[in-house]
Amino acid sequence: MERTVYLDNSSTTKPCERSIEYINKALISNWGNPSSLHIMGMNAQNSVDSARQTVADMLSCRADEVYFTSSGTEGNNTAILGTARARKKRGNRIVTTSVEHPSVLETVKRLEEDGFEVIRLKPDKNGTVSKSDIEKYIDKNTILVSIMLVNNETGAIMPVEYASDTIKRKSAPALLHCDAVQAFGKLPINVSRLGVDLLTLSGHKIHASKGIGAIYIKKGVTVRPLITGGGQERGMRSSTEAVPLICGLEGAIKDLPDIEAQLKKQEQLKEYTDQLLLKTGLVTVNSPKDGLPFILNISVKGYRSETLLHFLESKNIFVSSGSACAKGKGSYVLNEMGIDRKLIDSALRISFSRYNTKEDVDRLVCAIKDATIKIRKAN
Amino acid sequence: MKEIILIKDGELSLKGLNRCNFEDKMISNIKRRLKSLGEIKITKAQSTIYIEPLSEDFDFEEALNRIKLVFGVAAFSRACVCNKDMDDILLKAPMYLAHTLNKIKTFKVEAKRSDKSFPFKSPEICREVGAEILKNFSHLSVDVHNPDEIITVEVRDYSAYIRAGQIHGAGGLPIGTSGRAEVLISGGIDSPVAAWTMAKRGLILNAIHFASPPYTSPRAEQKVKTLLSKVAKYSGTIKLAIVPFTEIQEEIGKCCPEDYFTLIMRRMMMRISQRVAQSDGCSALITGESLGQVASQTLPAIASTDGVCSMPVLRPLIGMDKEEIIKISKQIDAFETSILPYEDCCTVFTPKHPHTRPKAGQCEAAEAKLDIEKLIENAISGIEYSYID
Repeated sequence: MERTVYLDNSSTTKPCERSIEYINKALISNWGNPSSLHIMGMNAQNSVDSARQTVADMLSCRADEVYFTSSGTEGNNTAILGTARARKKRGNRIVTTSVEHPSVLETVKRLEEDGFEVIRLKPDKNGTVSKSDIEKYIDKNTILVSIMLVNNETGAIMPVEYASDTIKRKSAPALLHCDAVQAFGKLPINVSRLGVDLLTLSGHKIHASKGIGAIYIKKGVTVRPLITGGGQERGMRSSTEAVPLICGLEGAIKDLPDIEAQLKKQEQLKEYTDQLLLKTGLVTVNSPKDGLPFILNISVKGYRSETLLHFLESKNIFVSSGSACAKGKGSYVLNEMGIDRKLIDSALRISFSRYNTKEDVDRLVCAIKDATIKIRKAN
Repeated sequence: MKEIILIKDGELSLKGLNRCNFEDKMISNIKRRLKSLGEIKITKAQSTIYIEPLSEDFDFEEALNRIKLVFGVAAFSRACVCNKDMDDILLKAPMYLAHTLNKIKTFKVEAKRSDKSFPFKSPEICREVGAEILKNFSHLSVDVHNPDEIITVEVRDYSAYIRAGQIHGAGGLPIGTSGRAEVLISGGIDSPVAAWTMAKRGLILNAIHFASPPYTSPRAEQKVKTLLSKVAKYSGTIKLAIVPFTEIQEEIGKCCPEDYFTLIMRRMMMRISQRVAQSDGCSALITGESLGQVASQTLPAIASTDGVCSMPVLRPLIGMDKEEIIKISKQIDAFETSILPYEDCCTVFTPKHPHTRPKAGQCEAAEAKLDIEKLIENAISGIEYSYID
């Protein structure tokens, strides 16, 4: 069997060695409870603090604005439910996009059931929401705006900064939340430049382990915690800190290459992939040209996503199917972008990490060509 | 207090001279299910089976859970063993039943006296035991029409038994008393229900699944195995044949008119299933078809698929609505698995406008270009077998 080509990095990534090493170290020799008064507790607390500072440095924020969570999903839930509960007296409107991750969409749906008015901005064919829509829907009654920085299926980059400007300009009582799970570690993020009050990130998308994420909450912003108990994470997220996973996140961040340089490198690899795929004449690109170069959504027209995925799998190449299955549940993101049904049924998401190479892309393109020869077109 | 499990066989008692065979089969099925719980002694008398644990720490709850899944059992219950002596019955009844009686308000006593030499007649037993219970539990009253619980006293050959209520069994006939059949299983809602329904009539099951990688996923196979394991809780171990079907589907795609794809695919499946069934000692096929549910399940379509099959094809769901099928699917805990969204071989090559009224001879003409024999042989030689329990 040929070497594995993993191109599903927006689903999850391979934990890097440094992350594993940090996790092991914590499990083996630093397994105290950070709340304990003795030295073992203090050592554990110190490593959690160190990790917090590392995350803060990445976001250009203060360490005490970073709270560890178990996942991106928990972060998004905390930001949205926590804000809505804290601000419900100041207004009733929540503005978000129709292509957010389910952990945002399902959460605002629940708030909608509780009586909030939820506005879901639709993306254009490039996958981003328009500035005029942002302008139009953010008003004095808006208490929360939640917009992802990078869409997980297409890589489209959303005008988060513009939303921030709009909130200020209109003096809306809204907090701005940004789901940055797909962007963190890949785009430079400066929370004050971005103008967000809350920002969610996740460890396992940047070569840390599953089970760890973090949320940035701007100093002075009140969010009601979801989980109550012993008051860990300054009351924001009770439960004994997952010290090994937190350390693992620190390891993964320290292992990240220079973001700007890596982004340039990835631009080139994406350009290379685009060219190669387009040359085959088999592929339509669904991702916008100016999206995050780590995500490339394509359709091999006439071939079902799941069939192609399994064919590529048989060649030891792993990608993600844009559409969930044949039973009429295509990707809602592509659907919202107004992409043709047939293209949605045959969508594949190729998502890169810093470990991918041109050879990986060659293998992928070669296998897609092979697939169109060997596989029957779907009806 | 010695406790046993009483099992009533329902339909079996209507059997004639071969009733013994049915009962023996059921007993051996029960024995196998309970084996890991420790030593037991099983005896039968007058259409009742007695399970007597020989170890102190016998897990009654687990045993009852397992018996619930044994076909052939009409009803069962835990019971307390007494001497055939009224004093002993009156002594043990309140003690043994205390746990139940404390939770209810009204009761009624029924008596069954198969040993007619017992000095008390049934109504007298009821009266005595009822009075004793009332004496011990002042919150209770008797309600003969609509009691919270029925207390039964049975006086039989060697002992008397006291029990409160009884549990409905799985019904049907003991597995193995009707022979063996091969079920075609897709991964949808219907086929596991069909398999279960026929196992209930005493069939040992073999299963056959058609896989078309890469059009179908390894998860679809995993799903089929999970579904069969739900059925196997009732039926016992199922031998599963996974048939590679990609070549056949691609050939059909190449050589046959599109509106016949599904029909010809079904015909190929039936041909292969019949051969596998024969070589595995099965005497029928089982499918989950329900009349008119999809294009390949109209009468003409069924006639066309039956045309290639000399074995009986059992279709237990033929007259059922989807809702009825889903109800059973939920009851056997298969539904949640059945609705997992993976491609199966039936969904990939679906024609846009399938033929619903094929006439005799049309299918033959449509599949004339296929080298049927060679395709079947290739598929059968690639079968992977596994055992699901």
